[in-house]
Amino acid sequence: MIEVHELQKTFRDKKRGEIHAVDGVSFKVEPGKIYGLLGANGAGKTTLLRMLATLLKPTSGTAVVAGYDVVKEAEKVRANVGFLAASTALYGRLTSREMITYFGELNGMSYGAIKHRIEELAEQLDMHDFLDRRCDKFSTGMKQKTSIARTLIHDPKVMIFDEPTLGLDVMTSRSIVRFVRECKGQGKTVIYSTHMMNEVEKLCDTVGIIHDGSLLAEGSLADLKATHNETDLEEIFVKLSGGDS
Amino acid sequence: MNFARILTVYFKELKDSLRDRRTVISMIVVPTLIMPVLIFGIGKVASGVFNKAKSEVARIMVIGADGAPEIVEALAESERLRIVPLAENWKELVAEKKIRAVVSIPENYLSGSDDSDAVMMYSYEGELKSRLAVREIEKQLTSYRESMVQDELKQLGLPASLIEPFTIAWENVAPPEKVGGNQLGGMVPYLIIILCFTGAMYPAMDLTAGEKERGTMETLLCSPVARVNIVLGKFLMVLTGSLGSMLLALLSMGLSFFVIGNVMDGGTAAAAAASGAAPGVMPTIDPLGVLGVLAMVLPVAVLFSAVIFTVALFAKSYKEAQSYVAPLIFVVLMPAMVGILPGIELNAKLAMVPILNLSLVCKEMLSGVWNWGYIGIIFGSTCVYAGVALGLAVQMFKREGVIFRM
Repeated sequence: MIEVHELQKTFRDKKRGEIHAVDGVSFKVEPGKIYGLLGANGAGKTTLLRMLATLLKPTSGTAVVAGYDVVKEAEKVRANVGFLAASTALYGRLTSREMITYFGELNGMSYGAIKHRIEELAEQLDMHDFLDRRCDKFSTGMKQKTSIARTLIHDPKVMIFDEPTLGLDVMTSRSIVRFVRECKGQGKTVIYSTHMMNEVEKLCDTVGIIHDGSLLAEGSLADLKATHNETDLEEIFVKLSGGDS
Repeated sequence: MNFARILTVYFKELKDSLRDRRTVISMIVVPTLIMPVLIFGIGKVASGVFNKAKSEVARIMVIGADGAPEIVEALAESERLRIVPLAENWKELVAEKKIRAVVSIPENYLSGSDDSDAVMMYSYEGELKSRLAVREIEKQLTSYRESMVQDELKQLGLPASLIEPFTIAWENVAPPEKVGGNQLGGMVPYLIIILCFTGAMYPAMDLTAGEKERGTMETLLCSPVARVNIVLGKFLMVLTGSLGSMLLALLSMGLSFFVIGNVMDGGTAAAAAASGAAPGVMPTIDPLGVLGVLAMVLPVAVLFSAVIFTVALFAKSYKEAQSYVAPLIFVVLMPAMVGILPGIELNAKLAMVPILNLSLVCKEMLSGVWNWGYIGIIFGSTCVYAGVALGLAVQMFKREGVIFRM
């Protein structure tokens, strides 16, 4: 469960003054649902998701993730969230197994539980071939699988994906999309940001279109298409975000 | 604070660092090799050059040799001097180091005449070989002058003791470890301070800016561990680097001296020359002093680790971190160097100056002087500085403006 209410984040920049990266965003995601956050680069997706993962503190507004407040109970939020972003890298000098084990330990899991969970995840993600090799020698697909296993080691209730398919090839992207769908199947609350229309169409129950830090439209794909009298999501997106230029 | 989590972070960072070639080189390889190289290498070269210069036969010229054959004879008696025929351009020859020195004997050099001129020596000042030649010439001239006086006295029927009513002798009574402490005492703290700093430098930069650059910092911050535990775990790793490289250097230094003292007899002079001690006497250090130094170094290592950690935390990349941290070396070196200067003694004011106070008190402790009042002030004040620096590191780590600086 994710509940966001009037969330705001303002950065101060010497040259540009105050920047409202996220400007009064509210939405709600139920367990077992995928919320797609659609926006161009710089729209505020990453800042919003980082606030939900408690990496950044909101300037104002509240957000409750998995039943905990992101400001007052940040550590409990993180214990129940799996955060996967294009920018969350792996320790190159650790092996895949060491990497996953480390995050299991950081989550306070026992050694036995970690070992058991890694076996489970390695089976699911088909990681046995490279589990004991160092991450810096990995292909992008292997890295992505290790990262996924890292986010799942503590079996979080909420999954936050920030452009997880950025820069990946078709096959790897597909496996991520499949994996996100599996998370939904397990009853997890999922929020997924992207600027790829087709991923949103394939995955999301609800779509929020974000532009310049504000949510411009929200609803199921069918609702959006009906309200805006368009059959193509891309057209809706372009229309809302100020049109072609 | 959760001690188990701190240790989790620490052991992961330790494993990670030991797999990093840059960190291993700066933390283990350099400190282990630097002392033996300094002691054997530079000591050997320095004493070799000195011995060679000493045993060399110096070529000299004599002006006015015809007027004083006795003096020329006295000079020629020395095995270390060889008189070569006088050349017109003798000044240039000295300046070009072709000859070591020139002696000029004026016709009226004997004091008996009404106006006598001095026997002049011309040399190349600051040049070791030229100086040794002058010393040899002076020795020969002095002994010739003494023999002249003794001849006179004999002719007059007076005893030889008339010109030397008493003799002067010299002997060291300070215990050898104090002599060693005084001489090594300046160098050891200096090296300890540098090694503490360089040992902390690479892990500190790698664990902060390096992680940001590689994108693993964000991954780590996603974990439910409280920030303070992450900082302390990382900080412990930096401290390990600092203390580890310093201990390795001390061990390898001790081992080097042991090897020199026991295995290679010929090396003793080299070691002594390197440390500045009198030849033949091994500089020894009070072992209790070493323990004292280690205890005093601890808060300084904490201070260095926390400061470098905080500074490197602001950088976005390893390279940027290097350009921030490198100037700090000079800030550290200056007080450490002042500590080696002769004549600077510990007082209550200097005891509050970090680094300099360590340098000064180590010098005292290694020579067996325990000034508990100052030791207390130094340990206490450095602990306060270190605590403040560590607190600052934790605060900076909690600021998203620092961690997510773009």
